[in-house]
Amino acid sequence: MKVLTANRLSDGIAVWYADGGWAETVGHADIAYDKAAEDRLEAIGAAAAANNEVLDVNVIDVTIVDGLVQPVRLREKIRAAGPTIHPDLGKQASPQAARAA
Amino acid sequence: MYRYDEFDHDFVQARVAEFSDQVKRRLAGEITEDQFRPLRLMNGVYLQLHAYMLRIAVPYGTLNSRQLRMLAHIARKYDKGYGHFTTRQNLQFHWPALADVPAILADLASVEMHCIQTSGNCIRNVTADHFAGAAADEVADPRPYAEILRQWSSVHPEFSYLPRKFKIAVTGAERDRAAIQAHDIGLHLKKNAAGELGFAVYVGGGLGRTPMVAKKIRDFLPEAELLSYCTAILRVYNLYGRRDNKYKARIKILVHETGVEEIARQIEAEWQELKDTELKLPEADIRAINAYFAPPALSARPEGDALVKQARLDSKSFSEWLDQNVVTHRHPDYAAVTISLKGIGEVPGDVTDSQMEAVADIAEKYAFDELRVSHEQNLILPHVARADLKAVYDALVEIGLATANSNLISDIISCPGLDYCSLATARSIPVAQEISRRFASLERQREIGELKLKISGCINACGHHHVGHIGILGVEKKGTELYQVTLGGSADENTSIGEIIGRGFSSEEITDAIEQIVDTYLGLRLRPDERFIDAYRRVGPAPFKEALYAGETKAA
Ligand code: HEM
Ligand code: SF4
Repeated sequence: MKVLTANRLSDGIAVWYADGGWAETVGHADIAYDKAAEDRLEAIGAAAAANNEVLDVNVIDVTIVDGLVQPVRLREKIRAAGPTIHPDLGKQASPQAARAA
Repeated sequence: MYRYDEFDHDFVQARVAEFSDQVKRRLAGEITEDQFRPLRLMNGVYLQLHAYMLRIAVPYGTLNSRQLRMLAHIARKYDKGYGHFTTRQNLQFHWPALADVPAILADLASVEMHCIQTSGNCIRNVTADHFAGAAADEVADPRPYAEILRQWSSVHPEFSYLPRKFKIAVTGAERDRAAIQAHDIGLHLKKNAAGELGFAVYVGGGLGRTPMVAKKIRDFLPEAELLSYCTAILRVYNLYGRRDNKYKARIKILVHETGVEEIARQIEAEWQELKDTELKLPEADIRAINAYFAPPALSARPEGDALVKQARLDSKSFSEWLDQNVVTHRHPDYAAVTISLKGIGEVPGDVTDSQMEAVADIAEKYAFDELRVSHEQNLILPHVARADLKAVYDALVEIGLATANSNLISDIISCPGLDYCSLATARSIPVAQEISRRFASLERQREIGELKLKISGCINACGHHHVGHIGILGVEKKGTELYQVTLGGSADENTSIGEIIGRGFSSEEITDAIEQIVDTYLGLRLRPDERFIDAYRRVGPAPFKEALYAGETKAA
């Protein structure tokens, strides 16, 4: 199970591909369940990078927890939430995002 | 303090204009990330996990209050209200938008600051002893030489595309507080028998995945030959340093693979060609740069003794702060003060916008407008009259920056680690915070004595773990964080690389392990003043291994 992530060009904020656009939270990101879907995400990422919307594009492993997408690796969990030492900063700072992360 | 001349002003302004244009073109989609990346890195803009990161050069760690106020302003207006001081005496902002970077650089330029050469394979910010110009044990202020090196190395055409990054550090005292032997070039400013100034030159130190202690290749280089000799070193490195493998590209590998004698011979040969050229520094130029660093006029303040004595009696906490964070100055009526950015449980090196402003006020009022950033991630007021120490202390208490832990176990160096850094393999800050809380009792910390604990979140070693008395390296193993401990490292005039003590510890175990190491030390030291590092050098790793791993099967 994978989703597409990147950082937004203008401000560097971490974003995830969802519903044909880039969302600031991971919770509802588009999931690739098989290799073909994964390739499609890769292609979307490459096109978005080439189009200078985002940079540092990656396809990452996720699981579903309580109906929301959650990254598997700690690195990606922290990217999706914010610095663990500053619950007041990053995505986790807004209650809605915190649930999604 | 050094002031920009017309050339510096024009150069920095031109760079701001150039990079602003590049940012504009990038945001308009006219240049790709592949094209832009080297340009942004040349201007200190990295990409981390959550956002961009901007690294601001603080040459040889020297700041004035105007500059610190500007950093506070930037933190408030463009970032999230704080900044992070690093082991390279620089400041990093973790959240700037790319679109705001041109405005930030313009603000910085207005106070003679910039982000040039804070990244890339060039000569980076030259670091120096944070007590430079104030230390009682100093032969001469090393900063004028650091400034000469800065001018020489800034956009040096020959040395802008080196095999890898290049770091130079300078100290002017026997007691090395600048970790010069952990740098690509380390310079120890000293006097020869005739009383002339010059340098002992070390080359090939570095941390990262292959830590090495620098080798001394010259015992005394006359000060006038600083640039000719450094040019010779850089030429040999530029020519023979490996470009095939970035992990083998630092000069430490070249020195190691070539051998010290041979590399010294090559450098000497190169230098013979250079030493009587225009690279020889004219005496007048050295003195002119020195004049910028003229110490403030320190008037006699003999009332300090009585005032300090009385204040000590009145306040135990002031007295403890005095013992720990205040050191002697070359002028007997003055002292140098360490402002600890290591409050118990706080993030090492982080400081808020309002703290920066308050510290700027203190520096202006009591410290001749001078501040330093130490490579240990603290701030320094280099010149404070002893008569004003209590007032400075009271002002620091008010902003929560009076923790009396300089050089103690909670004065931890920590890199940003996985909370911010895209290269990290584990978090480092939370480990620092938990250890700091565990050893919160100042009484206990003082009982333990000097202990340098340093943490990095990956093998790049930005947190200097290899040269910590206790070093902690965070790695990733089977998807979880694991912390390897090294013991016996040191970054002073007796630099050594710590040895891995055994299997790593989980994030739940690491603080207990550190406590066990400390308790083992307390149990075996010969006297209360036998420091951890001295005891370790006497007994070696065995008792610590025994304490940590006894009872484990060989297979573990
Ligand atoms: C975006 C954040 C950072 C990146 C990408 C980064 C990258 C690196 C890399 C790749 C190395 C290894 C170089 C080598 O061995 O050739 C390194 C070393 C180092 N960095 Fe960083 N670093 C970052 C943040 C920091 C911070 C926050 C500090 C200060 C606290 C710092 C100070 C150092 C130091 C002192 C070294 C080791 C000395 C040496 O160069 O051998 N870096 N860094
Ligand atoms: S040591 Fe590793 S984790 Fe820490 S700042 Fe450097 S590159 Fe990042």
